[in-house]
Amino acid sequence: MSLYAYESQARPALTTEEVKDYHQITEDIVRPIEASPSRLWWIGFLVSVVCLTIGVISVYTQVVYGVGQWNLNRTVGWGWDITNFVWWVGIGHAGTLISAILLLFRQGWRTGVNRAAEAMTIFAVMCAGQFPIWHMGRVWMAFFVMPYPNTRGALWPNFNSPLLWDVFAISTYFTVSLLFWYSGLIPDLATVRDRAKLKWRKLMYGVLSFGWSGSTKHWQRHEALSLVLAGLSTPLVLSVHTIVSFDFATSVIPGWHTTIFPPYFVAGAIFSGFAMVQTLLLVTRKVLKLEDYITLEHIEVMNKVIVLTGSIVGVAYLTELFIAWYGQNKFESWAFFQNRANIFSPLGWSYYIMMGCNVLSPQIFWFRKMRRNITVTFFMSIIVNVGMWFERFVIIVTSIYRDYLPSSWSTYYRPTVWEVGFYIGTFGLFFTCYFLFSKFFPVIAIHEIRHILKKSGDVYKEKMGEAEKETVDEFAHEYAHAH
Amino acid sequence: MSVKKFVVGIFTDEQVLFPAVKRVRSAGYKIHDVYTPMPIHGLDDALGLRQTSLHTAGFIYGITGTTTALSCIGWIFNSDWPQNFGGKSHFDLPAWIPITFELTVLFSAVGMVLTFCYLCQIAPFVRKHHFNLRATDDQFTMVIECTEKSNEAEIAAFLGSVGAVGINTQIAETGWWLGRYDTELPPLGQKELV
Repeated sequence: MSLYAYESQARPALTTEEVKDYHQITEDIVRPIEASPSRLWWIGFLVSVVCLTIGVISVYTQVVYGVGQWNLNRTVGWGWDITNFVWWVGIGHAGTLISAILLLFRQGWRTGVNRAAEAMTIFAVMCAGQFPIWHMGRVWMAFFVMPYPNTRGALWPNFNSPLLWDVFAISTYFTVSLLFWYSGLIPDLATVRDRAKLKWRKLMYGVLSFGWSGSTKHWQRHEALSLVLAGLSTPLVLSVHTIVSFDFATSVIPGWHTTIFPPYFVAGAIFSGFAMVQTLLLVTRKVLKLEDYITLEHIEVMNKVIVLTGSIVGVAYLTELFIAWYGQNKFESWAFFQNRANIFSPLGWSYYIMMGCNVLSPQIFWFRKMRRNITVTFFMSIIVNVGMWFERFVIIVTSIYRDYLPSSWSTYYRPTVWEVGFYIGTFGLFFTCYFLFSKFFPVIAIHEIRHILKKSGDVYKEKMGEAEKETVDEFAHEYAHAH
Repeated sequence: MSVKKFVVGIFTDEQVLFPAVKRVRSAGYKIHDVYTPMPIHGLDDALGLRQTSLHTAGFIYGITGTTTALSCIGWIFNSDWPQNFGGKSHFDLPAWIPITFELTVLFSAVGMVLTFCYLCQIAPFVRKHHFNLRATDDQFTMVIECTEKSNEAEIAAFLGSVGAVGINTQIAETGWWLGRYDTELPPLGQKELV
């Protein structure tokens, strides 16, 4: 009976009535790994590789000819590159939020989506890292950002600089997310190993699963490890986008130096991250036939997070506008009311795309019917990420393209083919990694689903009710005897 | 590394496994280990295992990271190469908070994962004897160690009486060795009893 003690009857089941026992969970989730990839998988994979190739060519020519092949100019020193960097980092926030923060809050629904979301986080951070690295120009000197005793006259980086904080934040975030993700994968890889029939699969999963046996003591340590890593990742995930926002907020550029940036960036990151999780999982659950594990309930819950964080972002936009007016600073108000909110200004249109996609359109998710509609959700998940890309573009470019010196205003910033190629390349990298992941790794945390099956699975919820009723009767019986 | 003889009992339901563990222990048999496909809360208590100290290790790694960051930055900015950044203090603690925090988390996470791997003796190319291949799928496997005095048949009968659905004896290596999973193991001995 004690196994059932924590589950509320009011919550919807986390797996459908089709999921009946542990063996079936293994079968369903390992099936895509053991089957040969479908034609759809091959098409998607090849398209991703083509995109990746475009990116490699763009980066190659950029290293050969220099950053000058991008259209960065005075005063737009940061353009598509940093926009894309912040966009990808933001997307990389949902995974750790789902796996860490929701673990601490004991949200059972995370079990269905955490593995894929964490993988997405890792790939998104890999994509994000490309932009600052290649933006350095002389990329072979990229290691100069690391502090180590050197022969360049003991030249140390500036530890007071937000750009260096970023180096530490992003590399730490990547490392910790990778460790968290992989430590969770080990038991599931052991499952694949022990079922393997083919020699190469036995070898590969044998190496990858580290000789995991499922011993009770190991599980005890594994649980402790997951919990502490979740506790560490929770402030970490909040710190990363906070520090990214410091890149802007600690400067003296009107439109950038606002104290609202850290919470506003974190909310935006969760918003775009969840949208990307929706995009990926709606396709994954369909293609891999995992609808019994990633149910409509999961999709609905994530849509609730999207409408909440979208509204927080909306409040932040309006607060910025209000403060620009209320602060009565000429330059601040120019940045907001002329460069952004004025639709007739050269880049004013981007501000309205941002507002429309991020603030207005997610309000559709106040309606339950819309939250549970897969087509609407998929469409919205794309819209949100378009909007979030424009948010970063608005923040970065519209703050600097018409500055204090009107004679430099004539240079209208638009990207070159190489900047676009580089961006497409990161899509290629992201989806190539995701396709390989979905083919070779269990996209759902198998052991976590087994763990919740008898508490939150649809088949068992009913039995649990009986069990609870029984104990109450027993309790009443004993109570009557005692008196 | 040593080779021992074990009686292996296989269970299909954790609701049966729990009372079985208690009865096997109170009957005086020595449980080598119980292998489960997912973490089962309370099983460690039922087996009489003590709580893990992995959290404490994590804390120690964390404060190592904190002190590393503070002492390195402090030394660099005050002693090794004191630079003037716009007249700011050389001991600019608030500006060091982000990096100090990141290093605390990094040291703690990396240290804990390595300690976890060390304690569980898991690493790439490590191979162990697995008593039941479905222990990572849907079965719960209780392994009882045989001593010189034990009577295998008696242990097997007892396991059957507490609800094991499959029982066998295995002679197995208890530790780990460097090896790959695609090679066949030399048969040390396995006998189906039920």
